[in-house]
Amino acid sequence: MSADIYLNVAVGGLLTGLIYGLMALGLSVIFGVVRVVNFAHGEMMTVAMYLAVILFANYGLDPLLMMLPIAVLFFVAGYLMQLGLINPFITRPEYMQFILLLAVAIIIVNGVLIVFGPDAQTVQTSYAFDSFAIGPLIVDATKLYAGLAALVVASALFAFFRFAPLGKAVRACADNQIGALVVGLNVKRLYALSFGLGLACVGAAGAIIVLVVDVTPPLGPAYTLLAFVIVITGGLGSMSGALIGGVLIGLTEAMAGLFFTPSAKSMFAFAILVLVLLFRPQGIMGQKLS
Amino acid sequence: MIGRLLYDVPRHALWLLGLVLVGLIAAPLFANDYLLTVLILILYFAYTGQAWNILMGFAGQLSLGHALYVGLGAYVAAALYVHYGIGPWIGLPVAILISVASGAIIGFLAFRFGVAGVYFAILTIAFCEFARIGFDHLGWLGGSGGMFLPVSNHTQNDLWHLRGQPVMFYYLILLLTVLAFVLCHLMLRSRVGYFWQAIREDEEAARSLGIATFRYKMAAILVSSAMTAPAGVFYAFYYNNLFPEQTFFILRSIEIILGPIIGGVGTLFGPVIGAFVITGLSEALQELLTLYGFDTPGAKRVFYGVCLLVVVMVLPNGIWPPLARLLRLGRRRDTTERQP
Repeated sequence: MSADIYLNVAVGGLLTGLIYGLMALGLSVIFGVVRVVNFAHGEMMTVAMYLAVILFANYGLDPLLMMLPIAVLFFVAGYLMQLGLINPFITRPEYMQFILLLAVAIIIVNGVLIVFGPDAQTVQTSYAFDSFAIGPLIVDATKLYAGLAALVVASALFAFFRFAPLGKAVRACADNQIGALVVGLNVKRLYALSFGLGLACVGAAGAIIVLVVDVTPPLGPAYTLLAFVIVITGGLGSMSGALIGGVLIGLTEAMAGLFFTPSAKSMFAFAILVLVLLFRPQGIMGQKLS
Repeated sequence: MIGRLLYDVPRHALWLLGLVLVGLIAAPLFANDYLLTVLILILYFAYTGQAWNILMGFAGQLSLGHALYVGLGAYVAAALYVHYGIGPWIGLPVAILISVASGAIIGFLAFRFGVAGVYFAILTIAFCEFARIGFDHLGWLGGSGGMFLPVSNHTQNDLWHLRGQPVMFYYLILLLTVLAFVLCHLMLRSRVGYFWQAIREDEEAARSLGIATFRYKMAAILVSSAMTAPAGVFYAFYYNNLFPEQTFFILRSIEIILGPIIGGVGTLFGPVIGAFVITGLSEALQELLTLYGFDTPGAKRVFYGVCLLVVVMVLPNGIWPPLARLLRLGRRRDTTERQP
C-alpha cells in the first residue's frame, strides 16, 4: 500500500516536472543563444496562464488546444521585444540586463494584479477528475495529458534545432557569434528568433500548467526562481539539461511534499541547486565552464 | 587620516558635501513625521546600497541575496532582545558575527569552485530563499507568524535599548550612512580597494599580476556582509516586527541594489543619490496616486517599473557619472567610475 503512494506521487511529480522542463527550456534557449538571462520568465508564464484561463472561461476553449495560438502570440511578442527592448542591452554589463528585465517583471506582475485581481483562478475541464489505473498505479488524466503535451512541444523544438536549416543557424550563432557573422548569418534576427522561441516555450508551458496549478499574480516570481533552479541544475544553455532538471525538480518537490510539509518543498529544490553549484557548477548536462 | 580622506577632492565639492550633510542634520527641525520616515527609509537604502556596492561595485561580484544579511542581523538582535533581554548594542556584534559567518560560507563555496557571474547571483538568491523557508519553520523565532519586539509608548528616547522616537532612529541611520560612506571612501583608495577594482575589471589579468583573487573576493563578501548586518539590527528595532516572508523576500534584496544601480554602480555617491531618487520617486508616486483617488493595488509598482525601465535605458551608467561631470566634480583619475 505505502509503496503505491510513493509511486503515484513520483509519477505525478515526473509529469509536472515535464511542464517545468518546458518552461525552463525557454529560459535555456534564450540564455544559450542571446546570453541574456530572462529575469521576467515566470511573470511571462503567468500571462500565458491568465490568457488560457480567460479563453476557457469565456469561450470554453480547452487550454491544450489553445496552447498553439498562445505560443504563436508569445513568439511574436518575444521577437519584437528582443528587437526593440533587449538588443541595445546585449553589450552592456550583466546587472544592467538584469535590471531591465526586472523592470519588465515588475510591470507584468503588477499589471496582472490590476487586471485580474489577487484571487486564484482555475480551469475546470470535463476530464478534471478522470484517472487511469495501470496495475496499482493511478495516474491523474489531467497531469498525464499535460505532461505529454509538454513533451510534444519540447520534442518539436528539439527537432527544429536538429534538422531545420534555421534551427542549425541559431545553433551556429550560439556556438560562435563572430563565425556566424562571417558566414553571413543575420545574427540580430536570429537573436530575435531565439527570444521568440524561448517565449513560445513559456507560452505553451503556461497554457499547459493551468490544468494542474491555480494561477495568482505572485506565482510569477516563484516560477522565475524555479526556472533558474532548473536550468542551473540541468546546465544553463543545455536544452536536454533543462528537461532533465525539470523532471528532477518536479520529482524532488513531490517527494518533499510527501515526506515533509508541502510548504517546505522549494527548500529542497534550492538544496539541490546548492549541491549542483558546488560539485558541478556547469550543471548536469552543461559543458565545462571556461 | 583626514588628509588621506580629502587630499584630491576639489574644494567646491567639499563645500557641496558639507552643505548636504548640514541639510541632513538639520532636516528633523523642518520635516514633519511623514517626511522623517521617508528620510529614514532613504538613508536605510543608502546604507545597505553602500554595503552591497562593496561586493558588486568594487569587487564585481553580483549578489542578489543581501536581504539574507539584513535578515540574519535583524533576527539575531531581535532574538537576543526578546528571549534574553540583551540589548541591541550587545546584540550588534553577535549579529555581525553571524552575518559574516553566512557570508563566509557563501563566499567560500562560490569562489573556491569558480562560481561567478549569473551563477553567483543565483547562489546568493538560493541561500536567501533557503533562509526564508527555513525561518518560516523555526518556532523559536516566531516562524511564519512573525517575531515581535515589545513596544510601549516611549516619550523618552532610550538609546541604549533603541526604544524611542523616529528622530533618534533618523540620527542613528544618518550616522551609519556617513560612517559607511567614509569607510568606502577609504577602502577605495586602499591597497585592497585597488585589488578589488582590478578583479572587477579582469579577474584573469588580476590573477596573473599576482593578486590572490580568492582572498580578496572573500574579503569583499566579508566586509559587505559585516556592513549589512547593522542595517538588520536597525530594521528590527525600528519596525519592531519580523516576518520571514518579508525580511528574506527576494524583493527586499532587489530594493537594496536598486539605489546603487540607479545612482551608479561602483561609485561612492551612487548608492546615496540612487536611494534618494528611487525612494523619493516611489513615495511621490504613492502620494500622486492617492491624490487622484487611483488606489488600485499594484498601480504604484507598475509606474515604478516603468520609471526603472526608462532610467536604465537612458542612463546606462547611472545618475552619478553624468551628474559629477555637470557639477565638475570629475576630480583626479577615473578610479571610481566604472567604464562599460
